[in-house]
Amino acid sequence: MLGIHQIYGRRRVQLNIILPLLCRYYYASRTDNMLSTNVKTLRKTRNTPSRPVTVARLYSSNKHNSKVPKVPTWEPLGEDRIPSLPQVSSDLVDKLERLALVDFRTKEGLVCLERAIRFADHLNMVDTTGVEPMDSVLEHGQLFLRGDTVTEGDCAEKLLPLSNTTVEEYFVAPPGNIPLPRREERASMLKHSEF
Amino acid sequence: MAACTVLVTPLLYVNKQSSLFYYKACNIHRQCVTKKISTSVSRCSSQADPQKKSRPHELVGVVGLEIHAQIQSNTKLFSGSKVGFSAPPNSLVSFFDASLPGTLPVLNRRCVEAAVMTALALNCTINKKSFFDRKHYFYADLPAGYQITQQRRAVAVDGQLAYSLLGGRKRNQIQSRTVRIKQIQLEQDSGKSLHDDQRSQTLIDLNRAGVGLMELVMEPDMSCGEQAAAAVRELQLVLQALGTCQGNMSEGQLRVDANVSVHRPGEELGVRTEVKNINSARFLSRAIDYEIQRQIGALGRGEAVLNETRTYDSKSGHTIPMRDKEGLQDYRFMPEPNLPPLVVYEDRGSVPAGLLGAEGVVVLEGLREGLPELPSVKRARLVRSYGLLPEHSFTLVNEDGLMEYFEAVVKETRKEPRKLIGWVTNELLGHLKHHNLSVSKCPVSPSALAELLELQEAGHISSTVAKQVLGEMWRDPGRRAPEVVREQDLGLVCDSSDLQRVCQRVLDSHPDLVRALQEGNKKVLNRLMGLVQKETKGRADPVLVRSLLEEKTS
Repeated sequence: MLGIHQIYGRRRVQLNIILPLLCRYYYASRTDNMLSTNVKTLRKTRNTPSRPVTVARLYSSNKHNSKVPKVPTWEPLGEDRIPSLPQVSSDLVDKLERLALVDFRTKEGLVCLERAIRFADHLNMVDTTGVEPMDSVLEHGQLFLRGDTVTEGDCAEKLLPLSNTTVEEYFVAPPGNIPLPRREERASMLKHSEF
Repeated sequence: MAACTVLVTPLLYVNKQSSLFYYKACNIHRQCVTKKISTSVSRCSSQADPQKKSRPHELVGVVGLEIHAQIQSNTKLFSGSKVGFSAPPNSLVSFFDASLPGTLPVLNRRCVEAAVMTALALNCTINKKSFFDRKHYFYADLPAGYQITQQRRAVAVDGQLAYSLLGGRKRNQIQSRTVRIKQIQLEQDSGKSLHDDQRSQTLIDLNRAGVGLMELVMEPDMSCGEQAAAAVRELQLVLQALGTCQGNMSEGQLRVDANVSVHRPGEELGVRTEVKNINSARFLSRAIDYEIQRQIGALGRGEAVLNETRTYDSKSGHTIPMRDKEGLQDYRFMPEPNLPPLVVYEDRGSVPAGLLGAEGVVVLEGLREGLPELPSVKRARLVRSYGLLPEHSFTLVNEDGLMEYFEAVVKETRKEPRKLIGWVTNELLGHLKHHNLSVSKCPVSPSALAELLELQEAGHISSTVAKQVLGEMWRDPGRRAPEVVREQDLGLVCDSSDLQRVCQRVLDSHPDLVRALQEGNKKVLNRLMGLVQKETKGRADPVLVRSLLEEKTS
């Protein structure tokens, strides 16, 4: 599995190089009436681009009406304004690994986790008093209720071949949940694996 | 003097006999008393002798139930595959049930209606908007790794189940109790796993995975196994009457988990344990009572009660701790992103335009009107229309089909229902239980029983003979009562001259009894009657015999 991630990683790196080049090709500093008149001068910080970006389709005759604002409407937060989070203890990490079967193998993994939590902490700055939390973007949709007629099933011959082992049309599983080996054992187990 | 001695000796003789009789009676009474004591230990304190008050510092049990009722529908909760029992393994599984990637849940309207109808029958408040969540845990019979349930807001909350216990010494006093229902929610069932310990593997059958369940969470309002069993029985009757669940515990359509703890009244609740793997109402009451006793024993010895899950072993009657699942589970509840909230509308007027006419809408008004007759209403109706006692109606409704049988017999006979009920609940039910049959398999049809009772009512046979004839008809279902009576010549002897002769014969052969009767001992009359009945092989009309004997000995 890790091999595939490595391939994607490389591809992403390539995209990271190519895409900005393509974007720059399309840079057009058009001064026609499509530009908004209230372009503010940008503060030069490290998160904002150095000049306004407008993207236009080269051979289109329609005037492109972009919904993307010309200038960023957000401002970055200083690190000090985010409330601090206690360190992630190794017991908590162990519990997370056991519950979600995710592997934070190395110290870098833990650091990555902490930075991810820190990044998510930005949300604490938003004032949500009186606002209901959102479940999903579909939450105001209509829940469809199906009638009670049989429309599926009877495809055992398609499902059973998906499993490596079957016994007389049953799927086979180990006798119970195999408990995750303890941290020390895991380290030694993985050292000998091909990853 | 001689006359005196003659008189005295019979008196002494009688006294000795009666004293013997008294001694025998004493023994029997003692046996009865001891028998009663041994059974009353297993009953809970509320059942005890009203004069004995339970001591305020004694530990009492607290029982809360979690009941999973399998919804009776054609298809599963979120997929279109069939719901069935005993089908070839993995044949009723769709791609969604097997959790293949790219499949999405689609809610079944019948399951929502079933849950709402159950909630209405149990006087719950229906949440107009309820949400679905994912409950994550890893186990082989849960292919997706999560179960779709309702944790944040369930379909219905705050209900009540009213049930009755038959109490008192003769089990004829009705005690009404209620248990509060915390919530009713819809959730998915997991698959079935068959453990093969020899080959150290588990075989998974996903036919049951995805079937809709109603989870009824009850508040801990009960205090012993008997109450819990009565509550579950009442719930079974309600669900069967509604048609939302067949309520068969042995087939797994109704699964009950008991949360048991002990505490002193007035103090806070103790640590609770969960008891699983209970397959019938009888096992439920036994398991709960055992667990309460075990916890009381442990606390008495100074040990602490652990918050664990225990399984009930029906063979030994004990609860055994299950294989520990890595401490307390954290289910990481998360809103189900693929399902918008479930909305239930109050009446057709509140349904937004555009949805009306479509099938996919659940409206409370229609369901409320369409609720069938609930067991409590049935019992009240029986008491009202036939003048029965409450405990009789309780028995009638409790047994499947007995009420219909009773009504069929009432229609065909002139006998009063009050007299008839004794025959149906004692005789017929006794035979059924003895042969372990259900009412549907009863060999004596309602019309045959009606015929028999007509004979008895009209005075052609006595009640003891009628019981005998019933036994005959049971053994040989084709025969009708008049045939049996004719063949075995069991008709009542009403011919008074015949009876006169028999009575005279009996009286002549037992002069001592006659004298005792004349002296005022009325109980001897029963003995004489017994003798007459023996002579006539039980065919004498008791009323006539009594009057004849009284006449002759006065």
